[in-house]
Amino acid sequence: MIILKANLKYNVCWFIVMAAAFYLVNILVMVGIIDSFIENMLVTIWINVILATGLNLIIGFAGQFSLGHAGFMAIGAYAAAIITQQVDTVGGFYLSLVVGVIIAIIAAVIVGIPTLRLKGDYLAIATMGAAEIIRIIINNLKITNGPAGMFNIPQFATWPFVYITMCVTTIVVVNFINSRGGRIIMSVRDDEIAAESMGINTTRWKLAAFVLGAATAAIAGGLHASYLQTIAPNDFGIMESISILIIVVLGGVGSITGSVVAAVVLGVLDTILQDFGTLRMVIYAVALILIMVFKPSGLLGTWEFSIRRLFASLKRRKV
Amino acid sequence: MTTLLKVNNLVKKFGGLTAVSDVSMQINSDELIALIGPNGAGKTTLFNMLTGVISPSSGTITFDQEGKKISLNHKKAYQIAELGLARTFQNIRLFKDMTVLDNVLVAMTNQYKEGFLQAVLRFPKFYQTEDVIVKKARNLLAIFDLDKDMHKRACNLPYGLQRRLEIVRGLAMSPKILFLDEPAAGMNPEETAALAKLIRKIQKQFHITVVLIEHDMSLVMNLVERIYVLDQGTLLAEGTPKEIKQNKTVIKAYLGEEG
Ligand SMILES: Nc1ncnc2c1ncn2[C@@H]1O[C@H](COP(=O)(O)OP(=O)(O)OP(=O)(O)O)[C@@H](O)[C@H]1O
Ligand SMILES: [Mg+2]
Repeated sequence: MIILKANLKYNVCWFIVMAAAFYLVNILVMVGIIDSFIENMLVTIWINVILATGLNLIIGFAGQFSLGHAGFMAIGAYAAAIITQQVDTVGGFYLSLVVGVIIAIIAAVIVGIPTLRLKGDYLAIATMGAAEIIRIIINNLKITNGPAGMFNIPQFATWPFVYITMCVTTIVVVNFINSRGGRIIMSVRDDEIAAESMGINTTRWKLAAFVLGAATAAIAGGLHASYLQTIAPNDFGIMESISILIIVVLGGVGSITGSVVAAVVLGVLDTILQDFGTLRMVIYAVALILIMVFKPSGLLGTWEFSIRRLFASLKRRKV
Repeated sequence: MTTLLKVNNLVKKFGGLTAVSDVSMQINSDELIALIGPNGAGKTTLFNMLTGVISPSSGTITFDQEGKKISLNHKKAYQIAELGLARTFQNIRLFKDMTVLDNVLVAMTNQYKEGFLQAVLRFPKFYQTEDVIVKKARNLLAIFDLDKDMHKRACNLPYGLQRRLEIVRGLAMSPKILFLDEPAAGMNPEETAALAKLIRKIQKQFHITVVLIEHDMSLVMNLVERIYVLDQGTLLAEGTPKEIKQNKTVIKAYLGEEG
């Protein structure tokens, strides 16, 4: 009982933080400080948080290098676009998210099974190829409207919906990492032979992490399509995969806190520098090089923010 | 006393090199055995075959699971581990970026269940399960005086403690047989003596079989019940420490050269 109470305290704290942020944004929207421009920035950041935490799960915690995150995002985006244009209801939107996730999982299993059995970075090449194949398929199908993309997608993903979904997926990923499954995938990352000798079916768990990451990417894609209301195949090319990778690397491979912080920093920077055009890309490049040189492990390394530790250190300071 | 593991005519070839040739042995329940032999004798290679890290070129390995004979020849390492064969590694293989506690919890993976939803949505059952296994892990760490370092990263432990953590991890798997590959390597005489005591203690306390590879003859002679001597891939002798001490071939091939 004592353990339950102690943990309840931390969980309630997290809930309060998330709810407070929600109401803060809500008030700022109502008084007009957050206009549609800033709202757009916030939603983009939140979607990037989902994408980056999912990719960090694969790269930072399972130790598998994936370069095709945008491919799974595309699956989710097109599932949402196609289904909600046919079934223009909230139910249709939920259904489209589920369908997107299922197709992304199937794609991840098809790509993952042959490559994750091998030791080495075969996954990087395979996922990059798979993402490209997905993009080309979308480019050539009638139902996806080819290279022109899709317009007038009904907007069910309002900012509150995106925010709550981001919170839920982050909670899912973080809780998974801090459980039996998370410990298993980290052990596989650290030493595959030792993990295998502890009775762990390493292929299966690498696949599990990869599939979970792919599923969150599909959700992010669905939100992206529904919020922006227009999508095109080229939104999901290798550049998008790399942008997500940059967030992960910048924040710290193996730090979910880092991914969240980096998504926010880059998102704000992106908005501020929007008028600078090419100069923007130069600033990114320089920032990335500086990080690589001075802090190769990313802004936060593998550090995680923890309310439990915060409480503990506050208590110590008082005594 | 029952036979847990029966090895028949085991051979491992690496290209032209025969690392292990025609080795037969028998490992019984509840005993402490040593495997000795000079550098390159094939001791680690033999361990690797018994634990499924590499597969034998020929020969058979049979495990007795409560009367049921199970061939380990084509089993994967994780399946062999599930049957109750645990090991440590000569060149330490800890999960270096994980905490000491997490290292042990990983070894206990197959002793508890956590459903995905249960873990992700933090049902009360999740906290209860975690509490039980963490307590168990902590008790095991305490035996090896590692509980105070529980929240340190494994890679930040001093070398001697890293070796100890590997043993705790093996023990945490609740094995039937625990293979220790040079557990005292790099330790000073006091540390080695303390470790020897601990190995004896856990072997008795948990009723497991321990097979250890060791270079330090004096340690082995006073510790184990039975010794296998390996030289250039072949089994030279098998017997009690006393028999081995008096065995002419062993003295010539192994003890002799070390004086
Ligand atoms: N994967 C491998 N590929 C090729 N040769 C190998 C391989 N593993 C071991 N060997 C060779 O097999 C022989 C036996 O090696 P092994 O590591 O089993 O010896 P050992 O008895 O454990 O020695 P040590 O006391 O030095 O640990 C050596 O000659 C070694 O070079
Ligand atoms: Mg060896």
